[in-house]
Amino acid sequence: MSDLKQELKEKIITQLNLEDIAIEEIADNDPLFGDGLGLDSIDALELIVMLDKDYGIKLTDPKEGKKIFESIEVMAKYIAEHRTK
Amino acid sequence: MNATHLKIKEYCRISNNRVLWNDKLLMEEPGSDFSTFIKLAYKKMETNYPKFFKMDDLSKLGFLAADILLKPMIRDSEISKNIALVFSNSASSLQTDRKHQESIVDRENYFPSPAVFVYTLPNICLGEISIKHRLYSENSFFIFNHFNAAYLHDYATGLIKAEKADEVLCGWINCDVEDYEAFLYLVSTEGSIAHNKEEIIKLYTSR
Repeated sequence: MSDLKQELKEKIITQLNLEDIAIEEIADNDPLFGDGLGLDSIDALELIVMLDKDYGIKLTDPKEGKKIFESIEVMAKYIAEHRTK
Repeated sequence: MNATHLKIKEYCRISNNRVLWNDKLLMEEPGSDFSTFIKLAYKKMETNYPKFFKMDDLSKLGFLAADILLKPMIRDSEISKNIALVFSNSASSLQTDRKHQESIVDRENYFPSPAVFVYTLPNICLGEISIKHRLYSENSFFIFNHFNAAYLHDYATGLIKAEKADEVLCGWINCDVEDYEAFLYLVSTEGSIAHNKEEIIKLYTSR
């Protein structure tokens, strides 16, 4: 699980172009949206694509993302339980 | 408003890995690729806007050039400025269009990126500038074969004469695989350069 969390932090920084943020600055329970990393709605869509492309998880309802993308901790748990690749 | 009283208040050029403001060289980074150069320019110009890194190359170019001209004006005023944006280019958003096309060409590996797709229109660049500088003004992005000083002159003059804008940030922002170029100038009632086609061409061609 800790490997997956590390992997997610790396992917989020790279794929969402978070130029000024280092991996060690993202705590497992930091909120990804709002006051946390400050991600926006386009970032949420990008994360949905990442789930599909990298982990074979298709979210049919984008609203599901609100819970899944709460933090790295929640996201990693969801991926570990639902991944098909 | 008498059109002959309009002036070019200031201008900015970003091309050939150089940033110029009113012909003053602000920075030069020969030999760098665009990605490295624009990142260095962002830091050197103290742009301080993390969303910059999410933009496509065209928006980065336009945003940075506009920021150099607008930042001092906006910083000095709490009142939102009525500055219209009138940009133009020849490549539209082609570089990003190609990137998006590459992501959808293979039906077996079909993962278009929303973050790329949102930049498949050149006028998104104007939105980025308007958000940063809190502009609620007129904006237009025209596609021409070449830099069209006469059209930009007439359009900017029309906007100010019709009181649609107090000032107009005009110019050319072009970005394609081989080259990039930004040339922006601010049309105002203040300034020392006459706002006419000849002067616009002179500024554009003096590199």
